[in-house]
Amino acid sequence: MPFIPHTEDDVRQMLATIGVDSIDDLFDEIPADLRAGELQHVPEGMSEMEVTALMHARAREDGQPLCFIGAGAYDHHIPAAVWQITTRGEYYSAYTPYQAEASQGTLQLLYEYQSMMTALMAMEVSNASLYDGASGLAEAVLMAVRANRKSKSRRILVPRTLHPAYRKTVQAIVGNQQIELVEVPFDAATGRTDLDALAAHTGEDCAAVVIPQPNFFGVLEDVDAMTDFAHANGMLAIAVVNPLLMAVLKPPGEWGDAAAGGADIACGEGQPLGAPLSSGGPYFGFMCSKQAFVRQMPGRIIGKTVDLEGKTGYALTLQAREQHIRRSKATSNICTNQGLLVTAATVHMALLGGEGLARVAAHCHANATHLVDRLTAIDGVDRLFSAPTFHEQVLRLAAPVADVLHSLAAHDVLGGYDLSDDYPELGNAVLVCATEMRGAADIDAYAQQLTRSMAEHAGNASPVASAFDQQSASN
Amino acid sequence: MLIYEQSQPGRRAFAQAPKDKPALDGVPTELQRKAPPALPEVSEMQAVRHYTRLSRKNFSIDTEFYPLGSCTMKYNPRACNSLAMLPGLLSRHPYAPVTHSQGFLRCMHELQEMLKDVTGMREVSLVPAAGAQGEFTGVAMIRAYHDARGDAERSEIIVPDAAHGTNPATAVMCGYKVREIPTLDDGDVDIDALRAALGPHTAGIMLTNPSTVGVFERKITEIAGLVHDAGGLLYYDGANLNAILGKVRPGDMGFDVIHMNLHKTFSTPHGGGGPGAGPVGVSERLIPFLPIPMVGKDGDGYRWLTDKDCPQTIGKLSTFAGNAGVLLRAYVYARLLGREGMVRVAEYATLNANYLAKRLADAGFELAYPQRRATHEFIVTLKKQAKEQGVTAMDFAKRLLDYGFHAPTTYFPLLVPECFLIEPTETEALDALDGFVDAMIAINDEAHSNPETVKGAPHTLPVRRLDDVRAARELDLRWTA
Repeated sequence: MPFIPHTEDDVRQMLATIGVDSIDDLFDEIPADLRAGELQHVPEGMSEMEVTALMHARAREDGQPLCFIGAGAYDHHIPAAVWQITTRGEYYSAYTPYQAEASQGTLQLLYEYQSMMTALMAMEVSNASLYDGASGLAEAVLMAVRANRKSKSRRILVPRTLHPAYRKTVQAIVGNQQIELVEVPFDAATGRTDLDALAAHTGEDCAAVVIPQPNFFGVLEDVDAMTDFAHANGMLAIAVVNPLLMAVLKPPGEWGDAAAGGADIACGEGQPLGAPLSSGGPYFGFMCSKQAFVRQMPGRIIGKTVDLEGKTGYALTLQAREQHIRRSKATSNICTNQGLLVTAATVHMALLGGEGLARVAAHCHANATHLVDRLTAIDGVDRLFSAPTFHEQVLRLAAPVADVLHSLAAHDVLGGYDLSDDYPELGNAVLVCATEMRGAADIDAYAQQLTRSMAEHAGNASPVASAFDQQSASN
Repeated sequence: MLIYEQSQPGRRAFAQAPKDKPALDGVPTELQRKAPPALPEVSEMQAVRHYTRLSRKNFSIDTEFYPLGSCTMKYNPRACNSLAMLPGLLSRHPYAPVTHSQGFLRCMHELQEMLKDVTGMREVSLVPAAGAQGEFTGVAMIRAYHDARGDAERSEIIVPDAAHGTNPATAVMCGYKVREIPTLDDGDVDIDALRAALGPHTAGIMLTNPSTVGVFERKITEIAGLVHDAGGLLYYDGANLNAILGKVRPGDMGFDVIHMNLHKTFSTPHGGGGPGAGPVGVSERLIPFLPIPMVGKDGDGYRWLTDKDCPQTIGKLSTFAGNAGVLLRAYVYARLLGREGMVRVAEYATLNANYLAKRLADAGFELAYPQRRATHEFIVTLKKQAKEQGVTAMDFAKRLLDYGFHAPTTYFPLLVPECFLIEPTETEALDALDGFVDAMIAINDEAHSNPETVKGAPHTLPVRRLDDVRAARELDLRWTA
């Protein structure tokens, strides 16, 4: 029997010890009318060899396209050692380190992770992870409402430049707690959050301002001005950042007037630190904050302590915040987090170090810049926003984006993220990305395919325009 | 020693980063970082050796018997990991078009169908990232259901006092008040207290069955009737699904919504605390509210269902579609087991638990519910040892570590004093169970002959007992130079 070690003799002996005749007798407290019949939609079991063949076939079906989509998940090189270590059984098959003495490996690693994340963010404290970037931001919003003692408000200012999936997720998670998300528009020319629109909220009672860096368009926000605005108005500043890029960009702890100590909470998607794309998960959400707010933080936190002989050790701490102690008064219902991904991130950061991460980030920027230069040389392809960008950019096409992306995909190029559903006001806009993995040859291949596709779709600037064109043609 | 303490300025894992650092053209200086982050500077081998050595300070399923009640620490088949990590699956971008997603989406759709079958629910969404997020999803759907009917009076969620802490915490996250009801001495829900609690304010009830005290709730059909008659819905916490897989289906018991912990029942790894996966299944009336994206099938093709397809959805719970890689591991596990293997999970988990309970009872340990059949787990109370020898459940737990066993869950559920919640799972062999009984007997002997040995445990692990109070009072949460 797969994964069940019992021999027939074992079973006989065990049933005799218990004093029943059959395994089925052990279910005699379950009312007979509730007992299930045979499963109808679960196929018969397969051997490992058969399942291996099946999964290879499924994976082959999806091909190995050249990917220029970013939009919150980035294709980076992950050192071979990262997942070889992470999938060691001692990490892979352990559970939450409740028995600290038998979990010092995981606990010390998490303490090192907290040290690395606070260094990267220039913040004072870090938790040991949340599910992912978007749900982590929802937790940050709830934390800000609890932590901001100056504000009685449950309103949060959220820029429209924040990842649309983050906005939707935060709404779904905090919406039942009477928290109101107030959208702040962006400047159509620069792609940055409109500071005048933000200033219109001066003097209002809001709990926090969300500040993405870079924003969903790849555009660099004026994080200093936004952080200063928050603090000048008694609001907390919640940074949402790409952690890899913090190796070269100003980290949240240094945003704004130094006297105010930077962003109050920093969170985001940990995926660029050692997690493969893997269809969107598992990734991990990270969260850092000022020390003053640590008791409002959700999730596991690891502290350094000593054992009864004075030897250094590590343990879960501040558990009085958590659901298994505080139940209905906990800071969050979170229990399981993303420990294994944090293990990978810790090994990843140790292997790359600050210099390695900075080099990767700089290559992403160089490749993305090169990509945009090449693509905008094509007729009908233009940069949409004027502000400085990092890592990815928005292009406007003189053809319907969906059609172009479809024709690129037919040639195994995933050309970017179609913005028309989330930002209809941008017209035919596509978000393109190149990481350090997409070098000059890949970019050439993309440019070649896009040239072909644009020529094929020339004149179909939008569904409206094409309908108009057809009408003129028939006249 | 911390990785930071092995760091030397200028040392790096040179093969792991690009050979140069291009200039940051166009990035304003005021937006750039001035000083590099204080990350360790070590060689590749140093990092590998450090984290390999650290791993050896962990107990894990791969190295020790880990009978942690309510957590289902069973063997995680290696094929599930290696097949979920095939390069083609790892490199798939979450926004890849359907033309490059059919293999992946088909796996997800088949997993949805299999989970529907084993739970008896009408529809399944895979996206919740863990059990607690599944709980949130379930209660949020209950709320959306009442709201959609204009039934705004319902403000309370009923939770038994033995429930997991996530249950009341979740109800609050969804804007509900929590009403606790007691558990009877035989482990079943107090039906009279339930009747008294039910009313026009009842939005629903959250139950675990088998319950957290390790027994099957025998009056579940009556409970379902009472709650439904009062206009409430029933939430099934799937923490203990391993006990009944293929034997009884929550849908047949009358539950309206269920979350599954795939990192328990479907043997995906616990990973030192995640990632999990907490898919939800629902009855007919909650289908419109399921979280997105789900996987739909049109003819022979598969595609994502979004808010355009599901206008009443409670929405998105994560940036993309949950913990896809965990779901792939669960899919592989389900295919390896097949329908005949699913039922065996419940059967042998229950056999192991009842055997272990009987052996411990025969050895003089006190079961919390001796009159009841154990399910996949059971509770031993060490209150006699605590009173007579001053040796607590915590002391027993720490001493078990010296004997090479991970401790069972201690002090949960809270209503049983000095308790061990013990869940051996189906993947442990008879000899491991007997070894555990031998260790418990030996520790009990020590509690009489040499209690200080037990109270001072552990003695053989990397550290002795840790000072938790100091950890919380003198907060040290990161390395500083």
